[in-house]
Amino acid sequence: MKEPTSLTGKKLGNDANPARIFTMTIDNRLLTAREDETVLSVARQNGIYIPTLCHMEGLSLRGACRLCIVDVKGAPRVLPSCVTLARQDMEVVTNSDRVIEYRRKILELIFSERNHVCSVCVSNGHCDLQALATELGMTHVRYDYLYPKQLVDASHPRFSVDHNRCVLCMRCVRVCDEIEGAHTWDIMGRGITSRVITDLNQPWGSSETCTGCGKCVQVCPTGALSEKGKSVAEMTKRRQFLPYLQMMRGEGRK
Amino acid sequence: MNKVRLATVWLDGCSGCHMSLLDLDEGFADVAAQIDLVYSPIADVKEFPRDVHVTLVEGAVSSDEAEEQIRHIRERSKIVVSFGDCAVTANVPGMRNQFKVDDVLARGYLENATINEGIPTLGIPRLLPQARPVHELIDVEVFLPGCPPPSEAILYVLTELLEGRMPDLTQKTRFGA
Repeated sequence: MKEPTSLTGKKLGNDANPARIFTMTIDNRLLTAREDETVLSVARQNGIYIPTLCHMEGLSLRGACRLCIVDVKGAPRVLPSCVTLARQDMEVVTNSDRVIEYRRKILELIFSERNHVCSVCVSNGHCDLQALATELGMTHVRYDYLYPKQLVDASHPRFSVDHNRCVLCMRCVRVCDEIEGAHTWDIMGRGITSRVITDLNQPWGSSETCTGCGKCVQVCPTGALSEKGKSVAEMTKRRQFLPYLQMMRGEGRK
Repeated sequence: MNKVRLATVWLDGCSGCHMSLLDLDEGFADVAAQIDLVYSPIADVKEFPRDVHVTLVEGAVSSDEAEEQIRHIRERSKIVVSFGDCAVTANVPGMRNQFKVDDVLARGYLENATINEGIPTLGIPRLLPQARPVHELIDVEVFLPGCPPPSEAILYVLTELLEGRMPDLTQKTRFGA
């Protein structure tokens, strides 16, 4: 099992190898950060809001959705704050016009790539993607919708996967691998044809590795993964288990 | 004072947005004095009139007739509002877009029909290959998402437009509502 949060690769915080403390600014606020902390983590600790979709506390960092992009002084391009480490004298801007416009475009592209029909979704009203559209003021999509043909796999006795609503955040892949230790989920294909698969691209119900724990369903930000028997707007996700499991395992390692 | 000439149109949608509009109840009293409803499914007017100030369009554009209609409406309206999720995203009418029109019709009128099997052709508009959001065909000034948009959001849009301001709908409604 991978250590979920460290980007630096070295064990920090012991006497022989203490973590360095940097000073940096985010939105002109002078802040301190440990060398193993990401810009997103520092921002959150200080109550500075950066929108995220694929990020999930307790899972490894992925940088899949790019919604957490920020402007960093001196950098030639915007950087994803969830996988960018703090540096000494770093100057970060989380809400420049450029960043806000790019976030809007990224969100619109996510909506246009699949068939996110909120009104008839099990997760209507409890969806991270839907909430982001409201938060970022996205009232319409400026790109032509692709309306791709996507399938629903309801072969599992308790859960189903609706590829129409998947945003490829890889939370299911990560939680299954890192927390449950089964690695049933993965991604196949490239670019716009990518999709999540179970085992070697076989029906979920015939998967030999799936333990049926349902963690993937609970961490899924949209209605892509849901429990059977739930109708429109009935699927609320329960994610409290994740920090709890992490804490208990931390205790166990001591 | 000249009244604002308001029109509402019902394309490929379920009329739920118009229901939500009617749900304004006494909210209507606040704006009624300033509005002249010149065309609507709830008003008996046959032809879309000229010089409309604001047109609320409910529904996706799904047929050749609707496409013609929406371009006509654009020519005759100063401000077009995409009214509800079907107009903004194609929503449920757009769920057929993954399939060919012939397959969709066969599914509805042949495979699942228990009486009067047969695809209707006479006197009805032809379906476009896909149901599309309104703004993919014409320019749209205001987007009012929601399925349906809440009455408060509709009232907000109307009062802002009556005051001569462009409404900012951030945080006021959501897709799927």
